[in-house]
This record gives sequence, C-alpha cells and structure tokens, in this order.
Amino acid sequence: MARQEQKKDVVIVGLGWTGSIAGIELAQEGLEIVALERGHDQNTVPDFQYPQQIDELKYGVRLKMMQKLSQQTLTVRRSGDETALPYRSLGSFLPGNGVGGAGTHWNGLNWRPQPAELKLRSHVVENWGEGIIPEGMNLGDYPVSYDDLEPFFTQFEKVAGISGYAGNLNGEIREGGNPFEGWRSEDYPMPPLPTTYDSSKFQAAAKAMGYHPFPAPAGIASTAYVNPYGMQMGPCNFCGFCERFGCYQYSKSSPQTTILDALKRYPNFSYRTQSEVLRVELAADGKTATGVTYWDDAAQEEVFQPADMVILSSYQLNNVHLMLLSGLGEAYNPLTGEGTLGKNYAYQMNGGITMFFREEEFNPFVGHGANGMVIDDFSISQNDFGAEGFIGGSYWRSGTFNGQPIRNMPLPAGTPAWGAGWKQAIGENYGHAMSIGSHGSHMAYANNHLDLDPTYTDRHGRPLMRMTFNWQDNDLRMNQFMKSKMEPLAASMNPDLMQAGFKNIGAQYDVRPYQTTHNTGGHIMSENAREGVVNRYSQTWKAHNVFAMGAGNFVQNTQYNPTGLVGALAYHTVNAIRTQYLSNPRPLV
Amino acid sequence: MSHSRGWPLPRKRRKAPPPVPLEDYDRAYLNADEWAFVMAATARLIPSDGDGPGAIETRVPVFIDLQLAGDYGAAGDWYMEGPHDPSAEPARGWQSPLNPAEVYRQAIPAFDAWCEETHGEIFAKLSPEQQDASLTSLQKGDVGLPSELRDFFTILLANTKEGYFADPIYGGNHGMQSWVYIGFPGARAAYRAWPERHNVKYPLGPVSISGERA
Repeated sequence: MARQEQKKDVVIVGLGWTGSIAGIELAQEGLEIVALERGHDQNTVPDFQYPQQIDELKYGVRLKMMQKLSQQTLTVRRSGDETALPYRSLGSFLPGNGVGGAGTHWNGLNWRPQPAELKLRSHVVENWGEGIIPEGMNLGDYPVSYDDLEPFFTQFEKVAGISGYAGNLNGEIREGGNPFEGWRSEDYPMPPLPTTYDSSKFQAAAKAMGYHPFPAPAGIASTAYVNPYGMQMGPCNFCGFCERFGCYQYSKSSPQTTILDALKRYPNFSYRTQSEVLRVELAADGKTATGVTYWDDAAQEEVFQPADMVILSSYQLNNVHLMLLSGLGEAYNPLTGEGTLGKNYAYQMNGGITMFFREEEFNPFVGHGANGMVIDDFSISQNDFGAEGFIGGSYWRSGTFNGQPIRNMPLPAGTPAWGAGWKQAIGENYGHAMSIGSHGSHMAYANNHLDLDPTYTDRHGRPLMRMTFNWQDNDLRMNQFMKSKMEPLAASMNPDLMQAGFKNIGAQYDVRPYQTTHNTGGHIMSENAREGVVNRYSQTWKAHNVFAMGAGNFVQNTQYNPTGLVGALAYHTVNAIRTQYLSNPRPLV
Repeated sequence: MSHSRGWPLPRKRRKAPPPVPLEDYDRAYLNADEWAFVMAATARLIPSDGDGPGAIETRVPVFIDLQLAGDYGAAGDWYMEGPHDPSAEPARGWQSPLNPAEVYRQAIPAFDAWCEETHGEIFAKLSPEQQDASLTSLQKGDVGLPSELRDFFTILLANTKEGYFADPIYGGNHGMQSWVYIGFPGARAAYRAWPERHNVKYPLGPVSISGERA
C-alpha cells in the first residue's frame, strides 16, 4: 500500500530545464509545488568544483553524470522485423541524471529554429508541392509559429544567458550575424565569445566562398552577467570540459547556474530527489490526473503524491515511457496509423570533415562546447528541396571543444589502432587537426517510433520502452549533399590531409558510438487530438491537467540543437498556464 | 617545463612518490596468470620503444586491474537483465551476459589456449612478433572465442588507452608521461588568454587532479 503525501497544487516530474522553468514561474503564482527527481541532488559547489570535475575518465568515459541504465533504459530495434534488444551500456545517446538533468552536461549550443522549420509541411507544399514528400515520411507543421514563440525565445535566452550576435534584428540584416535566422526582437544578452584558431580559419575560408559565417549562439557566458532571476554567471575561461561535465566556474548555462538557487528561495516550492515517478494516476473518468505514484529510494516504498496539476518535464524518452505506462494517449501503430503516443520519434543526421595541418597548432584543449564559427548557407530555408531530392538542412560549425585525449584523438585514416604505429601517430597528430561538423535535420517517419517492449522490464517490473529506429534515405541524401558541398570548402583551406565522415546511403543505425542526445518526438504537438499527444500549450489532449514539456513535443526534429526550442516552448506553456489555465482549468484548445 | 615567467610555483613542488614496482604490485582483481597476460598484451598494444612512453612505464596494467575491481568491471551502471543474445550483430551493442571483469577472466585462458595451440606457448611467453600476430588474430575475431567474449579485444584496447591517458589518480599515466608526450595540459583547465593566441603552441606542461606537475 502506497504511502500518501499531502496534496499539492502542482507536481513536477523531473527537475531539469523545463521542470525548473515551470517551478519558478508557477511558484511566482503562489502555488504549492513539489518537484520529484529520479536522480541525486547536485550543484556547482561541491559537485562540479575544480579540480575533481576535470576528470575525463570519470565523466567523459565512465559517464558518471548520466542516467544509469541499470536503473532505467529502453530496447532498440531497427525495424519491425527485428527483436528489440536492451540498450545495456551507454553509447549513441546519453540522457542525464540528477537535478539539472541534461541541462548540466550539455554543450551549450542554444539555437532558435528557422521560421520555415516550424511550418515545414506548409513550406514544402507551397514551394514544391506534396509530391516531393517521400512515402512514409510524417511531415508536419508545428501548431505554433515562430512569431508566436519569438517573445519566449527571447525570455529563455535572457534567463539562460546566451552569448552571440543577432543577424536579424527586427528584420534588419546585420553584417557578421546569421542572415538566415528568424527575426529577433532584441540582440543576445551577451556579446560573442572570442574566436579560436580553427574557427578563424573556417571563417576566412567560408567568407572567401561567399558564405556567411557568424559566431555560434552559446549558452556560455562571455562576460559577467545577472539574469532576470538575479542569478549570476561569470565569463568562460575555455577550460575545455563542457560536454558530459558540470561547469566548475558558473559560465555554462544550466538550471544550476540560472534558475535553481532562485527557485529554492520560494517557500511554496520543494523538491525530493531519489524519487522516481512510476506512473501518472488518472481519475475514474480518465479525463484528469489525480497525481503521480513514485518510488522513494531512501524509504524503499511507493508513494502517492496527489496534485491538481501534473507537469511531465523529464527527459523526452522518459516522458514518453511514463505516458505509455499511464495511458496518457493511445499508443501509435505504424501499420494502421492509429494512435499518437510514441509517434514521430526523430534524431539528428550529422557528419563532418577532419583536416590535418602538420605545422599548425590548434591547442584542442582550449575551447568550450558552443565554441566556433557557423554557417547556415545550407540550412532548411536555403535549400531547394525539389532540385536536390531531399527535405532538410544543416548548419556547419568549426570550433575546438572536448580536446581530451581518450575521446578526441583524430588520426589519419589507415593509422594502426595500436602498436608502434599508433603511438607514433598520436605524437605527430595531436593538436594538429581541426574539423568542421554538419549538424542536420531529421524528419519523422512511420517506421521510427516508440512503444512498450514485450519482453524486458525494469527493476519495478514495468515494461521497458522500445525504440524502433533506423536511418532513412531522405536524411542520408541530405547528409551526402552536405559532404559534396563541404569537401570543396575544406580543400580550399589546403590541409596536408583531409578525411570525411558522413553516413552513406544504406547506413544502418549502430547504438555503440556516441552520436547525439537529441532524441525528439513521441508526444508531439498537434492542432487536433487525432494527430498528436499535446496541444500548442503542451497540454495533453487526454487529460487537461497534465502538461508534457520538452523535445517530445517536436513534430519532427529541426536542424539545430533542441534546447532553444525546448526552452521557448516551456515559457510559452507556463505563460498559458498562468494567463489562461489557472483561473479556469480546462482544455485550452 | 618552463616556469620562468608569470606562473608561480606552489611552495612545495609536489612529486609523486616512487611507485611499487609492477612485479610487486598487490593486485585487486587479476590473478597471477591474468596479470602476466595483461602485462604482456598492453606492452604490445602501446610498446615502449620509439618516441613516447609505453603502457608499462605508464603503469597501464595497474589501471586495468583497478578498473576491473571496481564499478566498471562489475558493469554496475549497465542493464544486465536477460534474456541475452550475445550473437546479435555488433551494431546492437553489448549483449553479452558477462560483465567486463568476467570477460577478462574467461577470455584470457581461452586466448592463451589458442596461442598455445597455434604458437606452442601461452601469450606471455611468445616472442613480440608472435604476440603482435596473435593480437591481430584476436582483433579480427579469428581465435574462436564464443560470442559472449566477442568484445574482449575491443575492451582490452579501450581500457589500455584509457589507462594511458586518464588522470594518474586511476593508477595509469604514471608521471603524466602520455600527456607530456602529446602536449595535453591535463587538469589545468584555465585558458582565458588562449582562444585568440592563434597558431601558438601552449607552453606549459600538465598538472594532475592531485596537484602533480610535469
């Protein structure tokens, strides 16, 4: 029999970016709020402090900031014909763990999607006609537009402390910024960070080819900064330990550096760690939730937490899993197209070129996760899908990050993996290579989806979630297009040697190498209950007092890192809760 | 290391105490036969001759022993529930029912038996040339290991490089020799002036988490 806690106005499931945003914005309304966090508590001091954090083995390789798969994982198969097998050890993607979630260990690349990406189906149909949409692609429009979200992008960027240079300020295109971005009502809160050697070489080469380089939008402080909640950040020192690490010096944007200490001052807010939510409980009529049941790891017992509102703000994969287990929608069936929960799981299509310059010094350990110069000349709004034969786009970036030697040791192709030849090569090549990355869109397909596994269970006896996912030709063609455009640019820089890494047509998904932790979709937004799981305010169609935040809302993935859109959708949602829902709880659409 | 301008040294320059010789090392996980194998194999994976230190001078075998004795060896963070399909395609990831420590324990005698049958001696007693040829066969999957031991070479090589490059607190990278060799400054992690010093080699040697300098 579950222990029962005192009823709250709001229960928040997962205390990462979106849970922290919901927490502080709703705490300002005077609501009684509790956040439940599966993992441990953690803060800059003592958990991320120098020098203990500067440990590549512990955090970069053994991944001690990440979700423990022994506690929670999923199964993976590449098609409906395969038997799904568990994701037993971390590889392809790295969900976070503990307070702050993935917002503590990210790289800090904070993008706004292009306006065309949020209305992509319309963009395609209006320009090329429905005929170019491949069979099996679930191409959709978001039920919100760029203009709807613009104030919320701005709000999130002020809170998160983003550094950059606006390329489109209220419609005015500014030299040195991104001419292909959506309009910004204000410039970035902080100016761009300095440019490392590799980025400056890339910038010069891109300019010479007529492209439009600009500094990457960085959730990394370039100056001293105080955000709207009174949280203070200090300028980054390019320590090089961003991705997979907590920031030791209050420079990387995270729930810890930008929200949590301000949130903890509200007496009407509390949070409990080691508290893993097992399911959302629905009322007898199934139209509202009554609260959540969670596992209290310290007490080793189940607890029922009643609440008037439930905010699902855990990682995308966990949100979808919880919703499947709780009946918060009907599971998607790719054969019939019925159901919506688990639909449109998408990922990211990336590639890149490494260049060796034997006589040049790149100091790859000097950097940060969002370092570098970028071009958007091959982004979604710039590509002629009809002529090129794919739907999608990418941004290209060059800038040192993660220059730690266990994980980052680019060597010329053909170098032995061990022995005297390998040892010679690491001495000759470390510090003398740079790369350009292509970070590309990933569309949604009937074949790529999430449901419950029939065989494997977790420690609570719940079925694991099952991912059905493989690369699709459309995105692979996009990737090959990027290769064909990037090679001439790289060659123009006259490296001693260059080598490309882009997936070929026919590539099969491999769960072993790290690819990206940009898992999206599964509880997508939609105009109506037939097509998705939540409405434009992230409110579930099934139960009006349940809101599901995060990248699970993405109709298909954009070409950019997801956090900027995740943050804007979170502020858009809490604004609707504050201005429309609290006074009259009901379905908002 | 040059420290003539601008970077003050701490009052007492810390130096690591001389380590226990590898032959007297008190093993945490590996038995004597396994230790002999790991010593011999890592000495070929990162040999001592040529430029730069080898696995033996950097004490990689100590690192591997300690890792196998700990959370990594036990796959403490991994999902290890059955059913298992160890013969699944490699792209499906780790599907062995065995954890890394168990893989070492079962694979080393199996590989030694293959070496004995093929070359007449267990791995540790072969010539360096025979050892390299045997490791190449192991790498190619040509020594007949059962599928649950299939990833042995992959983890042996990965663990060897980890031990070579990780911070010395884990028992390998003794004296930060690998960092000195490639020019990685270790745990310095403060480069405020450096982003805009283009094409200039960073001049300082490494520091470690425990405060060693080299």
